[in-house]
Amino acid sequence: MSRTILTLRGATKQFGGLVAVDHMDFEVAEHQVMGLIGPNGSGKSTTLNLISGALGLTEGAISLNGRPLTGLSAQEISRRGVARTFQLVRLLPSMNVLENVMVGALFGHRRKHGDAARDYAHAMLEKLGLAPLASAPIGKLTYIDTKRVELARALAGDPVVLLLDEWLAGLNPTELTEGISLIHGLRDEGRTIILVEHVMDAIRSLCDTCVVMSSGQKIAQGSPDEVLSDPEVIRAYLGDEDA
Amino acid sequence: MKAQDYKTLFGGAALLALAATLPLYADAYWLSLGVSIAMFTVLATSWALFSGPTHYISLATAAFFGVGTYVTGAGIDILPYWTLLPLAALAGAILAAVVGLATLRLSGVYFVIFTLGLAEMIRQCVTWYQNQTGHKGTYVLTDLTEELIYWQLVALASLIYLIGWAINRSRLGFALRIIGDDEVVAAHAGINTATAKIALFMISGAAAAVVGAMIAPRYVYIEPSIAFTPLLSFQVVIMALLGGTGRLWGPLAGIIPFTLLWEVISVSFPNQTTLLLGVSFLVIVYLLPGGFVGLLERVRGRAR
Repeated sequence: MSRTILTLRGATKQFGGLVAVDHMDFEVAEHQVMGLIGPNGSGKSTTLNLISGALGLTEGAISLNGRPLTGLSAQEISRRGVARTFQLVRLLPSMNVLENVMVGALFGHRRKHGDAARDYAHAMLEKLGLAPLASAPIGKLTYIDTKRVELARALAGDPVVLLLDEWLAGLNPTELTEGISLIHGLRDEGRTIILVEHVMDAIRSLCDTCVVMSSGQKIAQGSPDEVLSDPEVIRAYLGDEDA
Repeated sequence: MKAQDYKTLFGGAALLALAATLPLYADAYWLSLGVSIAMFTVLATSWALFSGPTHYISLATAAFFGVGTYVTGAGIDILPYWTLLPLAALAGAILAAVVGLATLRLSGVYFVIFTLGLAEMIRQCVTWYQNQTGHKGTYVLTDLTEELIYWQLVALASLIYLIGWAINRSRLGFALRIIGDDEVVAAHAGINTATAKIALFMISGAAAAVVGAMIAPRYVYIEPSIAFTPLLSFQVVIMALLGGTGRLWGPLAGIIPFTLLWEVISVSFPNQTTLLLGVSFLVIVYLLPGGFVGLLERVRGRAR
């Protein structure tokens, strides 16, 4: 078993009376791709937001490489090595593709300066097949390319853990195949990834392990095949009659 | 540095040197207009350093400016004039840091209202203090001539342009553009958004305070309603936006026509200057969203 990178212990987020994430416990090992799945509104994105620091924990603890992330701001967590993409793509509209990616290289986990940052950003564009678009404005991109740029920005900081929030959502079948093979490439490089995803094909082919959430709680954990045949998981997705 | 950078630097230096020759041939009237333009150049350019990239509209210029005038007003009898300028810069920077820390979580209209209220609050405090101690205004008597005030302001403008140029090329400048585009992305990319914003706000506040300190001798007599006039904050915002904040020299393109127009109107129709302010604001919103700079770039884009 390889080294544990990220640990959640009793992570809880409460919005007023609503407990969106209820005592989540899980660990992510180095080079592991973990899928965080569950029906809509089960708290997956909130869990990612807790890890990335977009939201603060109500209770519990999160640690990266044994050092607590609890109470740190998003920028500190990013610098410690957590990078993410957003469910609704967030790019910087006043900048071109290369500049967007340089953001990660300049300010992310492994910071680079000046030309080194530019070169590294170029290398990321190359890797994700965006090199010809380096100087294109953001408004001219196709949907999958905006997603690629956001991923390139996250990778440009060379993060310890990469969080992908429904990165494959909204892609057409051709794009989906491209997208899955792209993440496969990252997995083969040995990246540690948590992905929130609804696309079952992607989960089966990409994830080493899955955590299933329902109403803020973890209801199952294991390999994709195990959890997807778990009666409780099926009940959570489809209701009682089909279980 | 690249050849283009040297060109920009030398070009800018030449233009500023040219501006510095104004007192050699201008009469008193044009020199006084020159002082106004130089003053607004510093105020609007330093305002745009912060508000341009971040899109945080600050109406605190009058607060910093007023604090600067009072540094001169209070210190002129005790300390040599030249020591008051760095003191004013320090006072402005500290005030900006305090405001910055207090308003970190405010965005959009809340930040605007807070900064407007700040100038008013300081004005009321100074008035209250003066009422308590029994004196109404403060005399600032120096032997500084109009020429000297003008040259000081041009020198300060040069410094601001140099700082702005350096920031635009730096990581800090890039970080501010990111913050202006999307603050959530900035934070998640690892940028310390609070530090970046406060650093720039402090530079902008210090510059406005020094302008106040430099202008105080020209007023001779200062009182809170002159030093902290909210009109100043609005003028600065309108001028900067009219010129455009997308370029360092952008505000200047708004300052010169606006100051001249203001002068013409206040001579012939002294009560209609507010109207000019309002009309300019409408023009910016409806016709010139990027200011003259934005217009120029659109025209260039079309020509290409």
